[in-house]
Amino acid sequence: MTSHPLLDVHDLAVEFTTEEGTVRAVKGVDFTVERGRTLGIVGESGSGKSVTSLAVMGLHRGATVTGSARLDGTELIGAPDEHLRKLRGRRMAMVFQDALTALHPYFTVGDQIAEAYREHFGGSRRAALARAVDVLGDVGIPGPARRAGEYPHQFSGGMRQRAMIALALSCEPDLVIADEPTTALDVTVQAQVLELLMRLQQERGLGIVMITHDLGVIARVADDVLVMYGGSAVEQAPADTLFTTPRHPYTRGLLDSLPRLDAEDGAELRSIPGSPPSLLAPPAGCAFHPRCALHAAKPDARCTGDRPPLRTVADGHRSACVLDEVTA
Amino acid sequence: MTTETAPLADAADSGTPEALLSVHDLGMTFPGPRGTLRRRPGVRAVDGVTFDVRPGETLGLVGESGCGKSTTGRMLVRLLDPTAGRVSFRGQDITRTSQHRLRPLRSRFQMIFQDPFASLNPRQTVQQIIAAPLRAQGESRARIRAEVRDLVQLVGLAPEHLERYPHQFSGGQAQRIGIARALATRPELVVADEPVSALDVSIQAQIVGLMERLQRELGVAYVFIAHDLAVVKHISHRVAVMYLGRIVEIGDKRQVYDHPAHPYTKALLSAVPLPDPVAERTRERIVLLGDPPSPANPPSGCTFHPRCPKARARCRTEAPLLTLTAPGRQAACHFPE
Repeated sequence: MTSHPLLDVHDLAVEFTTEEGTVRAVKGVDFTVERGRTLGIVGESGSGKSVTSLAVMGLHRGATVTGSARLDGTELIGAPDEHLRKLRGRRMAMVFQDALTALHPYFTVGDQIAEAYREHFGGSRRAALARAVDVLGDVGIPGPARRAGEYPHQFSGGMRQRAMIALALSCEPDLVIADEPTTALDVTVQAQVLELLMRLQQERGLGIVMITHDLGVIARVADDVLVMYGGSAVEQAPADTLFTTPRHPYTRGLLDSLPRLDAEDGAELRSIPGSPPSLLAPPAGCAFHPRCALHAAKPDARCTGDRPPLRTVADGHRSACVLDEVTA
Repeated sequence: MTTETAPLADAADSGTPEALLSVHDLGMTFPGPRGTLRRRPGVRAVDGVTFDVRPGETLGLVGESGCGKSTTGRMLVRLLDPTAGRVSFRGQDITRTSQHRLRPLRSRFQMIFQDPFASLNPRQTVQQIIAAPLRAQGESRARIRAEVRDLVQLVGLAPEHLERYPHQFSGGQAQRIGIARALATRPELVVADEPVSALDVSIQAQIVGLMERLQRELGVAYVFIAHDLAVVKHISHRVAVMYLGRIVEIGDKRQVYDHPAHPYTKALLSAVPLPDPVAERTRERIVLLGDPPSPANPPSGCTFHPRCPKARARCRTEAPLLTLTAPGRQAACHFPE
């Protein structure tokens, strides 16, 4: 079975129908995630990064999803609900930004993990609770037996995030999708949670999809990176390559606009003009062209015609810019 | 970058004559919950905070959630009445002044908030929002119109935006409106509480750039409150690091960032992920254990000691005072670097 990538997403598209028209939130995205590796998906609000992950998990309410997403060879898109329910939690699990809304306030943390475990493996309540205590210990929660009997609100932000990771890992999934899992945390606690995810990945060979707006988090955890803008993938590369030789003007702009701790004193921030595109009325062609310095310097009809597809610019490195050869 | 000279060695000495704002021993204790017989002890959100802000400079105030940085910011502009200490603006104590007598001074210090939408009245047009502080000063109609026009252009919006309502703007544009309103009375000091943390990265840079340009053009001083250490490093001249209601380190930006003296500052800086995968794999990282403690039940002695990799017996019993550890920088640690 190892001939398949763990997750193989092909031409995934997501549309929502709203009162104001159709929103094409994701417009044909491809990526793969291998066992033991982390794919970082980075983008700003409205880039489609979260919708992509929800569509893979089958958690997109009221949206039309097309394309393909195969988990270890099994097609997820269009699969019946009961089939997805068997996979969710068991083979693939999700960690959200806000653990307080993702965990149920009325049940103890231990009960919630035990219930998820029994849903997939059955067995006695007592055995499932013992399992819950085990995983709470695995994620570094001190006094797991006592903490299992507490409610989510009794946990601090960092501990709650650990509890959600424990819930996600309780059934030993192969794939974890983490959507901004540390965005609500303080940096010192963020460091702990990222460390934990990386340790668990090493121990269990998890495939991880890390969705974030934070390029620092990407640099810390990702092996490969997908940059999204306006619902499309604009660049895809191994992490080291992306940060040393970004090719797409948006990726370059994003890196240039980032205040950095390791910056030279007096280094200037070069901001990207304008704002991210409206998904209801996206610009024609390349969604980035209205903000693009390359296009502004030398307007090109190809930027405003068809949406430029990703094309290979170097080994394992793809960029969706038609003006790229000029800048390479 | 402004042309401000390096700060003096006695940076945190309050009441220096050149100070625009002097904060001395500022404290805020929020009342505790009602118990059966009496109130339970209060929460000391801010304790013994002392610093100066000079004209035209930016003081960054950083720390994690619950460290008291926002409470401090609110006290600086008297949106909150401190329970201890004082704040002087141009030598005049504003902590005990009546709101009535404070009014003429109010125009000289303003505030920018984190959520631009929550801080703008949704039923008012941009024109009305920006004009409000000018109307409060009793300016003439014609003068207000002209001023507002100048202000929207100053912050990079167009005159046709004046008749629109806040919901018609993106987050970055809404923050520009908040900045225009704050600058309407040409204040000497603006306290900005997490002004860019709700914005997308590409928009953050626009707003930071705008604030820097406005400082150069208008000479306004900022107290820039944020949890993002990289943004604070970029915009500040001096930086104060807060932990559990106290300043643990304050000084020249370069001193604090390049040679942190307090173990907390050091750990905080090492925890920030750098957008550089190679550096991330090789750099030394100090991972602090545990969570920041609750200000309702602070640890004894140095409040950082339970998480401090360098803590010794003395740290558990004796709270360290801010002392000069290098020219232009003070730290509150018994065993500074």
